[in-house]
Amino acid sequence: MTILVEQQPALIADANAAPPARDIARVSYWPFVLPAIVVVGSVIVFPWAFTLWMSLHEWRIGGAHSFVGLQNYLRLGTDPRFAEAAWHTLLYTALAVVAPLLLGTLAALIFNQRFPLRGLMRGVFVMPMMATPVAIALVWTMMFHPQLGVLNYLLSLVGIGPQAWVFHPASVIPSLVLVETWQWTPLVMLIVLGGLAAIPLEPYESAEIDGAGAFQKFRYITLPMIAPFLMVAVIIRTIDALKSFDIIYAITQGGPGTASETINLYLYSVAFAYYDVGYGSAIAVVFFALIIVLSLLLLYLRQRSKWADIGVGV
Amino acid sequence: MFDVFRHPSRRAFLAGTTAAAALGLSGRPAFANVNWKKYAGTKLEVNLTKSPRSENLQKYEKEFTELTGIQVSSEATPEQQQRQKAVIELTSGRPSFDVIHMSYHVQKRQFEKAGWLADLSGFMKDPSLTEASLVESDFSAAGLQYAKDEKGRMLSLPFSVDYWIIYWNKDLFAKKGLSYPETFEDLVKAAEALTDPKEGIYGFVARGLKNANVPVWSSFLHGFGGDFLDASGNLLTDSPEAVEAAKLYQRLLTKAAPPGVAGFNWSECQSAFLQGRIGMWLDGVGFAPPLEDPEKSRVVGKVGYGVMPKGPKAQASATFGDGIGVTAASKNKEAAYLYCQWAVSKLMGARLLQAGGGVPFRHSVLGDPEVRKGVKMPAAWTEAVAESAKISKLGLPVVIPVTEFRDIIGIALTNTLSGADPAAELKKATEQFKPVLERSEKA
Repeated sequence: MTILVEQQPALIADANAAPPARDIARVSYWPFVLPAIVVVGSVIVFPWAFTLWMSLHEWRIGGAHSFVGLQNYLRLGTDPRFAEAAWHTLLYTALAVVAPLLLGTLAALIFNQRFPLRGLMRGVFVMPMMATPVAIALVWTMMFHPQLGVLNYLLSLVGIGPQAWVFHPASVIPSLVLVETWQWTPLVMLIVLGGLAAIPLEPYESAEIDGAGAFQKFRYITLPMIAPFLMVAVIIRTIDALKSFDIIYAITQGGPGTASETINLYLYSVAFAYYDVGYGSAIAVVFFALIIVLSLLLLYLRQRSKWADIGVGV
Repeated sequence: MFDVFRHPSRRAFLAGTTAAAALGLSGRPAFANVNWKKYAGTKLEVNLTKSPRSENLQKYEKEFTELTGIQVSSEATPEQQQRQKAVIELTSGRPSFDVIHMSYHVQKRQFEKAGWLADLSGFMKDPSLTEASLVESDFSAAGLQYAKDEKGRMLSLPFSVDYWIIYWNKDLFAKKGLSYPETFEDLVKAAEALTDPKEGIYGFVARGLKNANVPVWSSFLHGFGGDFLDASGNLLTDSPEAVEAAKLYQRLLTKAAPPGVAGFNWSECQSAFLQGRIGMWLDGVGFAPPLEDPEKSRVVGKVGYGVMPKGPKAQASATFGDGIGVTAASKNKEAAYLYCQWAVSKLMGARLLQAGGGVPFRHSVLGDPEVRKGVKMPAAWTEAVAESAKISKLGLPVVIPVTEFRDIIGIALTNTLSGADPAAELKKATEQFKPVLERSEKA
């Protein structure tokens, strides 16, 4: 922007135009910027500032509100349910990033080979990604039912006793991650497949001449070459998993007890079930800070694995 | 209207006293005073909770339009979402609806304090708006307690009441030579005697899911003589009675209930019971119809409907209720009131009861032998309803933050299912809820 504003007067001066150059620059650029400013201001800046403002108030839907300073934030510090929710969020996110990443990479390596009906199989494989989360959540809820669900029936066929899946505090998060993994592994696969397609053949040829085995080729050629793609997958998955709400809400509503309650679910309960929007806003602000920190960390890591560093031209 | 005549099962009831009401709906003598057509052409927005109650209303909505000329656009959303949506809209001061279907046990105090409901007392006294049979004394005491505010104004019409009963599988009881329990002690004994995990049979099931599970505990709490609050509004949720109730809850749901019950809401309980592998299921009377539906149930004709057994101190059935009211912000209050009146009318109440979808608060419906004859559910169900009415006790405290109460106590209860100590859990929950309650009273 500044560059444009500075260059423009010179051009106009050369043309011997009469009006003061800076004014024309303002008049001619503002109309183009304005729509964007209005949109960003009204859908991002304003709600965000308003949330901050609400978080400093004792504010209940249907009641009066009063300024309480940082009291809501202090309350967060002593709220065991929030601490628990934060831990669940991190655990859920970690599992829901790692599992699809491993399986998705594996699937990409398989689908990168040539075999009959590969196109069809790929199509089938990406189908879970296209389904509506709430719809699949309802189907999974039925499948998880400890007495009537098909999962326990399948386990019984191979002689494994019934599991409680999402109906027990200890197994609920892994079970939810299972659904998340089932749905989002295809996305990782697609990203990694793109990476694999971009790898040139020459390094493999020279590796073969040098006598490298299959694992060595994967470890020292494939993996570094697809690392930037994996990083993209990690970033997308992390953002998705952190903000995951629909699947958890539809299957367990954060239960049993609070065993699968993430910050998102707790925030929702506080603001819309307990109508305590002041405290809910404080949670939102802290959650936002947490996301910023994680994003910066990931961006830093991504910088380190830049495309250029490993020699893939983009 | 003709729809009614096509169904033979309804003939009995039409032939009886309700025929008058049915005719009345066509504008004949019984409703002579009420000018039903006065607001013809008005458009009403109705906000309902998805349930057999709302299904009943929506099914016959056309009849209301025929009777009044009022166009109705109704929306039925699941309970939790409907409550949240309604509150947010009402807070805005310009709700999109004129009529609101509310859960008294969750929303009564909140709605009263916020002044969201129109006062219907005046309408009820106006003979051009209200049929002669709709008088306060026709509603049960619990209904009036729910509908009236502290000043005695009717802010809604009591619509449907829900008593908690025990559904029991007569076959499983007979196999073990057991009879229906009379006391809490018998209840535990029977539940444990029926349980046989190898066969996949469990003696007892009830909600384990947080929030939803609180009424199960309330049912026991009342039996032990406990209550939620004392007369001056202090919490009693960690009293010895409360702890006893939680212990009983823990024992039944860990020793006699199917695995995974900690995540069960009523629907999981119901589907388990429908399979014929559950001895007893404690829940609201409104969940009965599928049990007698051969397409959904393996226990048709085998279900017993039992009144809540006696506790050491009392016998009580936890009670909940729905109301239907007019929003204070509505521009069509009279027309909206006509809808509410129709919703709780004898004809609609009889239909609701007969389908087993809910129990009206009105004596004139429940006490009418002709209406009772048309009830599709077994006689034992009707009997259990009538008996429960005699021992009914509110299943949740009348406070504003009911949802938080249910969540916090509910989490404590669910935690006991993984082995936590009931006394410690309730103490922690009570301490956690105390400031919430204080804040809400202060606001």
